[in-house]
Amino acid sequence: MPFHRLPAAVLVGVLAATLPCICAAQQDTQKEIERYRQLLAEGNPADLFEARGEELWKTPRGPKKASLEQCDLGLGAGVLKGAFAQLPRYFADTDRVQDLESRLVTCRVTLQGIDPAEATRNPFSAPGRPSDMEALASFVAGQSRGMKLAAPLRHEKELEAFRVGEQLFYRRAGPHDFACVSCHGENGKRIRLQELPKLTDPHDAQKIFTTWPAYRVSQGSVRTMQHRLYDCYWQMRHPQMDYTSEASIALEVFMAKYANSGEIQAPGLKR
Amino acid sequence: MKMREVKFVAALALGLVGCAGGVSDDEARARAEQVFRESFTHGNRQMAARVERQDEVQALCSRYRNEPPKDVAEKIEREQAAGIRYPASGKFLGDWRQGERIAQDGYGMRFTDPDTRRPNGGGCYNCHRIAPAEISYGTIGPSLYRFGALRGAGEATQRYAYGKIYDSQAYLACSHMPRFGHNGVLTEEQIMHLVALLLDPDSPVNR
Repeated sequence: MPFHRLPAAVLVGVLAATLPCICAAQQDTQKEIERYRQLLAEGNPADLFEARGEELWKTPRGPKKASLEQCDLGLGAGVLKGAFAQLPRYFADTDRVQDLESRLVTCRVTLQGIDPAEATRNPFSAPGRPSDMEALASFVAGQSRGMKLAAPLRHEKELEAFRVGEQLFYRRAGPHDFACVSCHGENGKRIRLQELPKLTDPHDAQKIFTTWPAYRVSQGSVRTMQHRLYDCYWQMRHPQMDYTSEASIALEVFMAKYANSGEIQAPGLKR
Repeated sequence: MKMREVKFVAALALGLVGCAGGVSDDEARARAEQVFRESFTHGNRQMAARVERQDEVQALCSRYRNEPPKDVAEKIEREQAAGIRYPASGKFLGDWRQGERIAQDGYGMRFTDPDTRRPNGGGCYNCHRIAPAEISYGTIGPSLYRFGALRGAGEATQRYAYGKIYDSQAYLACSHMPRFGHNGVLTEEQIMHLVALLLDPDSPVNR
């Protein structure tokens, strides 16, 4: 008898018999992943990036032979503690909304006299080619660890960035019709075994947004929020997103609105 | 009535006024399009052109955040269904073993995938449970395990499965699933292999 013609009661019985085993297998997989995460969390290699970032922060460099210690990350020149917790934000001197990495580039250019192209030349490390940006971002983020995210979203341009980010979040394009919302619009979903946050849900957003930059075991390096977005668009079959582009910052502002009041746990640790 | 008022009332009538940030949705959308164009400037120009220009379905689904009103949904489904090219042979079933490889493979059309001679993958396991041996599967789409066993493997189901993979939005407007045939990601032959993976009685999906 073809399977689909079996009486409904038998089908229900078959389903009832197979479901517990499917669920148990899923739970085991989930448990294994949790155990793996715990093992990883006992020592976060991001510590090394923070230490290198601190050294980069304090060492005079560039044509102006200046350190970054007078960098204004939004709370005034030289204020590190808690600055990351209030990004992205509008900066009057550049007249635009900036995230951590965009602002670090500004400081390297204005304080140290580094050429803008040079300052953004190597944002994402590769084996044997470490990135100063990854180290600096780790260091500055770590200075807000334990604080609550409080991206301002008050200035007219911050509000505009939110609206633009919102449009981009839902914008479907390319050969696969993907948008951010394709993967981040529902609770409890996965790609393969990787859990996906619903980024418009404060519960998920507060937990996830606050863990970037993060050391990624699969990549053997700290990766920044800029890299996270670049990597998402890669998977979405878009061309490479420009480093610190306006779209990337608009998306960060959009995400920050839902992540606000989440506790900063950056640099985090991920698969 | 002044022109500005007319525009405001028109926007209100369309339910498009959402004024946080001081701009209407139409203005925010126009601004976002400009920002988008200016944010992907260093990559391959052909790729950039393809994502800058949304087709009508992409634009509608973006605008309605994947929840189009009934009339829009019906229009999308009707037009997408009309665009499905079924195999001229009248056959829908390929080889399930090749289907499994295509379902596993996520290669293709990313900016680091330079080899255009290598066929694209479907990446089906990213979102679906399919054959039981693969436990690393995603959950964005429904489980397809026992698809043929539960639905029957007759011609109607074969045709449905082919059409769904070719253009998911012929059946559900603004589905998250890529339109693999419509957008030229997978070939007719590849889709037939995937149909076999789902429906062949010998496929591990149904055994």
